[in-house]
Amino acid sequence: MRAPAPVIVGAGPAGMRAAQVLVQAGLRPVVIDEAPKPGGQIYRQQPDGFTRGARKLYGFEHSKASALHEAARQMIASGQIDYRPNTLVWDADDRQLYVTCDGKHDAVPYERVILATGATDRVLPFAGWTLPGVYTLGGAQIALKYQGCAIGKRIVLAGTGPLLYLVAYQYCKAGAQVSAVLDTSPFPTLRQGVQAFVADASLMAKGLYYMAWLRARGVSMMHGVAGFEADGVGRVESVRWRKNAASAMQILPCDALACGFGLRSENQLASLLGCNFVFDEQDCNWQPQVQPGGQSSRANVYLAGDGMRIGGADMAELTGRQCAYSVLQDLGIHCDKKQVAQLARRIARGRKTRQCIDRMFALPAHWMDAVDDTLMVCRCEEICAGEIRQMLRDDPHSGLNRMKALSRVGMGRCQGRMCVAGASMFLAQEQGIALSGVERLRNQPPVKPIPIGGAACKP
Amino acid sequence: MQTVNTDVLIIGAGIIGASTAYFLSKQGLQVLLCDAGQSGTKASGVNFGGVRRQGRPLSQMPLAARSHQLWGQLSELIGIDGEYIRCGHLKVAFTGQDLDRLQAYNHRVASCGLDLQLLDAGQVHSRYPWLSTDLAGASLCPADGHANPRLVSPALSWAAQQAGTRLMEHCRIIDSRYDGRHFQSDTADHQRIQSRFVVNTAGAWAGDIAAMFGEPVPLTEIYPQMGVTEPLPPIMNVVLGVQGGGIYARQVARGNIVFGGSRALSVAAGYARSSHQSVSMLLTRLAGLIPGIANAHVIRFWSGVEGATPDLNPYLGPSSKTPGLFHGFGYSGAGFQVGLASGEVLAQLIATGTSHIPIEDFRIDRFTADSGKL
Repeated sequence: MRAPAPVIVGAGPAGMRAAQVLVQAGLRPVVIDEAPKPGGQIYRQQPDGFTRGARKLYGFEHSKASALHEAARQMIASGQIDYRPNTLVWDADDRQLYVTCDGKHDAVPYERVILATGATDRVLPFAGWTLPGVYTLGGAQIALKYQGCAIGKRIVLAGTGPLLYLVAYQYCKAGAQVSAVLDTSPFPTLRQGVQAFVADASLMAKGLYYMAWLRARGVSMMHGVAGFEADGVGRVESVRWRKNAASAMQILPCDALACGFGLRSENQLASLLGCNFVFDEQDCNWQPQVQPGGQSSRANVYLAGDGMRIGGADMAELTGRQCAYSVLQDLGIHCDKKQVAQLARRIARGRKTRQCIDRMFALPAHWMDAVDDTLMVCRCEEICAGEIRQMLRDDPHSGLNRMKALSRVGMGRCQGRMCVAGASMFLAQEQGIALSGVERLRNQPPVKPIPIGGAACKP
Repeated sequence: MQTVNTDVLIIGAGIIGASTAYFLSKQGLQVLLCDAGQSGTKASGVNFGGVRRQGRPLSQMPLAARSHQLWGQLSELIGIDGEYIRCGHLKVAFTGQDLDRLQAYNHRVASCGLDLQLLDAGQVHSRYPWLSTDLAGASLCPADGHANPRLVSPALSWAAQQAGTRLMEHCRIIDSRYDGRHFQSDTADHQRIQSRFVVNTAGAWAGDIAAMFGEPVPLTEIYPQMGVTEPLPPIMNVVLGVQGGGIYARQVARGNIVFGGSRALSVAAGYARSSHQSVSMLLTRLAGLIPGIANAHVIRFWSGVEGATPDLNPYLGPSSKTPGLFHGFGYSGAGFQVGLASGEVLAQLIATGTSHIPIEDFRIDRFTADSGKL
């Protein structure tokens, strides 16, 4: 008898490559995708009727994107995978995934599940961050990639991470005016540069190309920016920034600001499934505990891609395949040992590269130091730093979950997905403890809001 | 082993324990309030937040009436308003039979000061046009209402602290015994607490404490299933309940509709998670009861762990075996409203030996063979 088909959550590079390995072994996995077409965020496909070419959409990565889309297309067309687009997995227990598709709720049984749920931008709050016209870097990129929409005509990009320069490049290419790139990380040291070159020369070359290209077009790029704020009446009209804590604010007029501070894994399903978590110093975040093959602490739950550890698209393809091999091994299905060993080596190399990148684009550790009482920390519930400080006077040793209960930070529509990074840094700062000393925000279902009426449609 | 001396050790800093601590401290007794976790984070902090007398059995009416007075002084007691609002509690009936039951209940509690108003279908529709049109009628208790348990319950512990109580969180009692003169209680972190009295208000875990004194009682864990919508425009002007149960709902000032009903699942001892059968049923009922919100979104489901007794009445009062030991647990999912007065009763029993509230029906030995009530 054939082994029951594993279920894969996510159809980005990790999910689709995992599916491919399972298909090659004769399985027919279920692939659940929140998006209408496979590709994930990084290789998101444009809507029907849009005709931009892959090179225009994905730049240097166009051949990887096309290859992934083609692999997905073939598996879907031939029925090798059971592909479920437009489907949100909003909860999971030890037997079933709970999904909503077209506003209707349903359950998908599983025996083994691969979570390839990707990541979102890590958002840190700053004055004016909730003004209309302020976007995340990833959001700005998706607007452009998916529907060919720019977030504005005169744009400032701020924060840190490799995405900063890529998005600047993409927006310039699309015809927008990028007023400035404000990077909170200092310019990489020579040593960091050399290390990165040794780790992955082509990746580093691409980064340098974007920066050179931007410089040639007169885009000003600031490194080691101490802080920035969005300003405007009704919407963002300018960005104020300063080079260091002592220097005066400079003003950059703009009609849109995109910012992000690296990526944050979407790991809520692993949490709802009861997987153990560990604090990952590199990701500055609580992450599911995994073995080298992507096995979580739960026997039938596997992880891959950015949802496991932030690694980027190439790593997602590799860890997706690796984790599928782990599933096959656990199912007693033969797999090519050489392939598995080779993957492990490439992944180890990729991790080293990632360390170099993370060192160059470190999270600004002091971002939440001495923030103003009026700074909004939780935008869903509109909770400001001063209210949290007031709460901490009543309960000085409050953990993050208690802080949520008492102050409502993380209690709104996003359930902490957007504010948890800033809230954790703020709590660490206020209590004088390390970020790793701040407990993990417990997750409750649903992962994202679900309609009440959906249940009524189910027989 | 370090020994701590106190007059009263209270085990469990939920609403009952914190209230007991508050009233004892006010009377000048030395109180140590300990909790295995943090104060007000279990059932007391995550319950639905209904503050209602309507629907309670006659035996609970004196306790509920006293609590009603205390809730009226909440701000003075705990220093915050706790989002407590007396907006009324409307218990609706879907059938004529259920409406008859509501009417019968109204007669039974007529002398209890609830001022219940029975409404027919037309009155319900004109007063509450946002409700389903399938209703046969309803009963309104105008001065019942709701509050925010995750604010009220911790604040009550802090009020007790202000009054002199020593609060020890993350302090689990692993053994407690009476040596004829004192109670000796050992904590998981190797402290010994010596006290003249012990109050067992450990909620779903109180059965274990009672068992330490050879007083095992029937107590099962229940896991109420709850959820909350995104903030919505003001729709509900009362707290909703349904005759026969199944769903209850309230809208908070922020706009979110908090709802509950049915049961979640236990996945490990003392830990519950949402049940999808319950969630599905709840959402269907919610959309049926308030049709206008069918397209709104739910942002969170949760549950908690609560101790329930066979007759759904709490165990409240002195131990039947150990002098100086008192119990206040087993509120069976309805302890939030009566929590304040329960603490006052326990404090009175300790300070004076008697309570002005009748608690005979809440005796801890009422299910044991020799009590003659089995």
